[in-house]
Amino acid sequence: MNSKLLEMENISKGFPGVQALSKIKLDLNYGEVLALVGENGAGKSTLMKILTGIYEKDEGTIHLEGKEINPSNTKQAQDLGIGIIHQELNLMPDLTVAQNIFIGKEPKSALNFFLNERKLNDAASKLFEQLNINLNPRTKISSLTVARQQMVEIAKALSYNAKILIMDEPTAALTDEEINTLFEIIYKLKNDGVGIVYISHRMEELKKISNGITVMRDGEYVDTLKTEETEIDKVISLMVGRDVYIESKEIVKVSDQKTVLSVENLNNKSVKDINFHLKKGEILGFAGLVGAGRTEVARAIFGADPITSGKLTIKGKEVRIKQPKDAVDNGIGYLSEDRKHFGLMVDMDVNTNIMISTMENHTKNSFVKKSSLSKISQKYVDKLRVKTPSIYQKVKFLSGGNQQKVVIAKWLVKDCDILIFDEPTRGIDVGAKGEIYELLNELVKEGKSIIMISSELPEILRMSHRIIVMSEGYITGELSREEASQEKIMNYATTKM
Amino acid sequence: METHTVTRNNNVISKLKGSSALQQILAFASLIILVVFFSIVSEHFWQWSNISGILLSTTVIGILALGVTFIIITGGIDLSVGTVMTLSSVMTGVFLVNMNLPIVVGILGGILTGSFAGFICGFWVTKLRIPPFIATLAMMMIAQGLALVISGATPIYFSGVEGFRGIALGSIIPGVALPNGILIFFLMVIIGGILLSKTIVGRYTFSIGSNEEATRLSGINVDRWKIKIYTIAGSFTGVAGVIMASRLDSAQPALGMGYELEAIAAVVIGGTSLSGGKGSIVGTMIGALIMSVLTNGLRIMSIPQEWQTVVVGLVVITAVYADILRRGKSN
Repeated sequence: MNSKLLEMENISKGFPGVQALSKIKLDLNYGEVLALVGENGAGKSTLMKILTGIYEKDEGTIHLEGKEINPSNTKQAQDLGIGIIHQELNLMPDLTVAQNIFIGKEPKSALNFFLNERKLNDAASKLFEQLNINLNPRTKISSLTVARQQMVEIAKALSYNAKILIMDEPTAALTDEEINTLFEIIYKLKNDGVGIVYISHRMEELKKISNGITVMRDGEYVDTLKTEETEIDKVISLMVGRDVYIESKEIVKVSDQKTVLSVENLNNKSVKDINFHLKKGEILGFAGLVGAGRTEVARAIFGADPITSGKLTIKGKEVRIKQPKDAVDNGIGYLSEDRKHFGLMVDMDVNTNIMISTMENHTKNSFVKKSSLSKISQKYVDKLRVKTPSIYQKVKFLSGGNQQKVVIAKWLVKDCDILIFDEPTRGIDVGAKGEIYELLNELVKEGKSIIMISSELPEILRMSHRIIVMSEGYITGELSREEASQEKIMNYATTKM
Repeated sequence: METHTVTRNNNVISKLKGSSALQQILAFASLIILVVFFSIVSEHFWQWSNISGILLSTTVIGILALGVTFIIITGGIDLSVGTVMTLSSVMTGVFLVNMNLPIVVGILGGILTGSFAGFICGFWVTKLRIPPFIATLAMMMIAQGLALVISGATPIYFSGVEGFRGIALGSIIPGVALPNGILIFFLMVIIGGILLSKTIVGRYTFSIGSNEEATRLSGINVDRWKIKIYTIAGSFTGVAGVIMASRLDSAQPALGMGYELEAIAAVVIGGTSLSGGKGSIVGTMIGALIMSVLTNGLRIMSIPQEWQTVVVGLVVITAVYADILRRGKSN
């Protein structure tokens, strides 16, 4: 009966405040490639972390070849034959290829203490021969391309005699040719009976490589489909299937407004050929998958990352932005997705956080004029309805939504009228989200212009006048509010350039 | 056939770029240049008594620096080696003079004092998750205090201990005026070199410094290995303590503070990267030699000691900037 390689049943896992997984099921046969798909945050990575012993499950059972297993750390999972290739590669760049592969199980000689470098390199060479890949075991990882590093990761996972190999977005950074090489390796592993869990957003790839597709959504199991009997559209609609709550609120018309920002042929090492414009009073949504290059566009415009070419025009005037200060002087404010690291000084009070960038204007003989600072910050605290006992409360004691408002206030004080919001509601609970949305609408009504980067499609659809979709560093589509839908966005977001 | 040679050449080049080899070559070249320069400027420089003086003055800082190299490669830092060395000297004195134990026991006790201090630092860094800077800063103070308390703030003299002075200053090779201390330094260089490049400890030292999380995810008990690495570094400090005591024929409890910075400077000049993952024992040896050749040469040229310190500071900046330039290019 137990011909299955792996059976995961009723897996549940909660983190403080969120139920990350509830009653997930996943079956994998010998020699099968099972695609695991779902939107960002659907719980794919959490599930795989449970399988590899990084997280502990709250509920459910895992059977490997019919025996119940319960790996509680990476090493145990490895010993059981479960290997994983993480999306962000986990290699030691200063060590050689062979040293990386056999880390933790080096062939040793005398006294179990000295290393046997020759045995190590020979073992690596043998492994590469088996996999039919051409790598020099003595090369340092740091001098390899990402694709080759990935092959090292695969070899490393297999060196544990892996029966199951998990690949998390393995093709995200690969060229077509490299993807073909990877697929050849996958076919070979399949023939050897290795079961592969393949996580990817690229639908056309899944069609090519997988036998089955398991769909997850919001931490729940949706369905498992046979790849050959399935259309891509069906998978996408299962992935995004929840009710889309676009509030058909009256939204300010902007089509006849003037352009405040235009970006032409912007290029740097992460983004290519970026062209778009932003109108006064507009919310321009930037949609795409994680790593599509949306944040990189924002950082390039803001002067946080160098650009190799491109022309920026703000309110009809061409500007050169070399550092964030230039951007701010031109009225651009950037609200990072990582507020705690880049947006706020959490150990300081609301007043200081709001006034920090304009403090120099409120001094007398180098002494800070306290009263004039507090007057202004109090004004914005009232205007944005920041819930805080006083402006002297430390920011770390505020909720996520109110922290976000403090950051907004900071840029408003600075007179910024082009605001770039990167994931404005990340880490903010549902109730406060609505308030942030309302605030954004108020801001555009006052004539501010907003670029909103968001990975949550409902948020993009609800808020944006216009939507730009990115994939792999390129803009792959633009949709008006009227024509936009989750399916259309996902199609553009998974377009390969 | 031709393509084969090309790839080989490329390999050599990429090896040079990727490793600290280039930095080492630079450091070695600077050492040679310094030696040639001082030999030309002063006829006293290239005399055996002066050369052996330089080598002897390298031993203590050099051995300290060898231990620190391990810790810096893991991405850590050790500020405690100066005063832990003093504590090791004092404990050697306690064992040999106050307790009259056999000389071997006393020496071993002195070395183990260093190992134990290293072990404690490793424990603080891993199990209590205290940043290495703070953990070793605390150890620096604790060791300094303990050295003063244990010795009653007065030096312990080894004059009654037969053969103790000979550890650093005697000569086991008859007829050659080569102090043992120098031999011990080179012996420690060889031991350190083997540990770092040929053994499992060395492999994990680089691995942890290169990517600690990836090392952990590879199923390696990072905490345990880090404690071992700090203990090894502590043992080097212990050896330095014994040599220091032997050279001065006494344990000087007030000495030692500041040695850690010179040791770190030697490591850095030798091409070990403070961000971890890169470095070598040979590099550190060259770094330590550069520092003593420089000090010695400047002194021979009658440049005041105050200025010697200024020059060493400038050398540190130059060495690290060279490293940054090199890494900036390879990225």
